[in-house]
Amino acid sequence: MEFSHSKETNSDFIKLDGVKKSYGHIDALKGVSFVLKKGDFLSVFGPNGAGKSTLLKILSAQTRPTKGKVYFNGIDLGKQPDEFRKTFGVISHLPFLYENLSAYDNLKFYAKIYGVQDIEVKVETILNKVELTGRKNDYVRGYSRGMLQRLSIARALIHDPDIILLDEPYTGLDQHASFILTNILKEQFKNNKTIIMVTHNLSRGFDLASKVAIMKKGELALFEEKERLPEAEFEDIYISTLEN
Amino acid sequence: MKKYFKTIYYIFEKDIMLEMKSKEVINSMLIFSLLTVIVFSFIFEPGAEYKIDLVGGILWMAIVFAGILGLNKSMMSEINGGNLNALLLAPVDKSAIFFGKVLSNFTFLIFMEFVTIPIFTVFYNVNIFKYTLLSISVFILGTYGFSVLGTLFSIISVKSRTREVMLPILLLPLMIPVILAAIQSINIFIKGDEISDAFRWIKLIVSFDLVFTFVVYAIFDYIVEE
Repeated sequence: MEFSHSKETNSDFIKLDGVKKSYGHIDALKGVSFVLKKGDFLSVFGPNGAGKSTLLKILSAQTRPTKGKVYFNGIDLGKQPDEFRKTFGVISHLPFLYENLSAYDNLKFYAKIYGVQDIEVKVETILNKVELTGRKNDYVRGYSRGMLQRLSIARALIHDPDIILLDEPYTGLDQHASFILTNILKEQFKNNKTIIMVTHNLSRGFDLASKVAIMKKGELALFEEKERLPEAEFEDIYISTLEN
Repeated sequence: MKKYFKTIYYIFEKDIMLEMKSKEVINSMLIFSLLTVIVFSFIFEPGAEYKIDLVGGILWMAIVFAGILGLNKSMMSEINGGNLNALLLAPVDKSAIFFGKVLSNFTFLIFMEFVTIPIFTVFYNVNIFKYTLLSISVFILGTYGFSVLGTLFSIISVKSRTREVMLPILLLPLMIPVILAAIQSINIFIKGDEISDAFRWIKLIVSFDLVFTFVVYAIFDYIVEE
C-alpha cells in the first residue's frame, strides 16, 4: 500500500513542527521538531516520562498536539481522512487482542476492519511468519507474553502498513520472540517501510536504527543519523545527553 | 456508506463470537434480571390487586439494572488488552464502531428480555401481550434507547476505577424519559386500558431514540478523541 499523496516521497515523509502536548499543567512534549524520510528507522530513547509514548500517540493520531503540526507527505495529520490510518501499524505494550478469541479469529477480525483482501491467505502467511500457525486456533488468553507479543506484531502488520510505530516492543520478550521481532523489523526496514521505535534497549535500538533520537523532559535532546554516532560510545553519549 | 455498515457488522459479528465463547455478558445479565423478578414477586400477597400498577416498573428495573451490568461487561472486553484503542486506530468511521457496539448490546439485552419476560409472566400472573402485541415495540424501542446511551456512557466510564458506580450515575438520569415512558405504556397494556393512550409514550421513546442516535453520530469522534 502506498500513500495517495506521494509528491514528497523522498524528502519529508514525516515532519513534526514544534509539537507540544500538555495534559493539564504537565507538558509531556515541549516543542518537538524533526523530519524523517521514507524508509527511515528511528529509534527513540529516553527515561520514563520523557514523552516518548506521547510522541507515538501523536504520530498515530491517537491524540492531537496542543500546539504544532505533524505532516505526512506534506499533508497535515489533523486533516487526513480516516482511510489514512491504513498506513499505520502500531505495536504497543498492550497487545490489542481479544483474549476470548483465537489468534486466527483475532487476525481475521482486524483484517476485515482494515479492508484487507485475500484475508485467509494473509492471515495464514503472517501467522507463519510469527511462528504461531500451530497455535492459531487456541484462545489468546492461554498465550504466554512472548506469544502475545508475536501475535500483536502479526496484528499490526496484517494490512501491510507503510509506517510502523512500536512502543517498547521488546519488553517481556524471551530470546525466541525477540529474535522473531528483530527479523521482522529488519525485513520491514529492507522493504522501505518507515519505522519509529520507542525503546529502553540501547544496543538493540541502536543496532536496528538508521536515525537515533534521545528525549529528555519532553524535548528532543539528540536527533542524529546513526552513522554519525560511534556505536561503542553510544551508551556514554546517552548518559551524558541525559545528564547535561 | 457500504463500508460504514460493513464496519458495524464486523464489530457485531466479533461481539457475538466473543459472547458465544465466553457467555460473560448474557449470563451475568440473566442471573441478575431473573433474581430481581423472582425476589420482587414475593412482596405481593396472593391475589393482591394493587400489584398490577407496579409490576411494569419491576420488570423495567430488572431490565435496566441487568443491562447496566451487561454494558460494563461488554465494554470490558474492549478495554482489556487495549482493543478499543486499536479500533480507534483503524481506518474506519469511529461512529460505525460505536453503532456496532450498540447493535451487539441491543441484541444481548433483547435476548435477556426474551428469557426474563416469560418468567415474569409466570411469577406475577400478568400477560403483557394479552391485549396487544404493541408491547413488543415498546421493548424494542426502549431497549434501543438504552443501548445507545448505555454504550456511550460505558465507553466514557469504563476507564474509570469506579466504573460500576459511574455508569449508572451518568446513565440513569438521562434514561428517565425512556424508563418512564416504557413503564407507563407497559402498565397500559397490562391493565387493558385504551391502547391509544400508550401512543404518546411510544412517541416519546421514538423521539428519544432518534435524538440520541443523531447526537451521538455527530459528536462521537470528539468524545473518543482523547
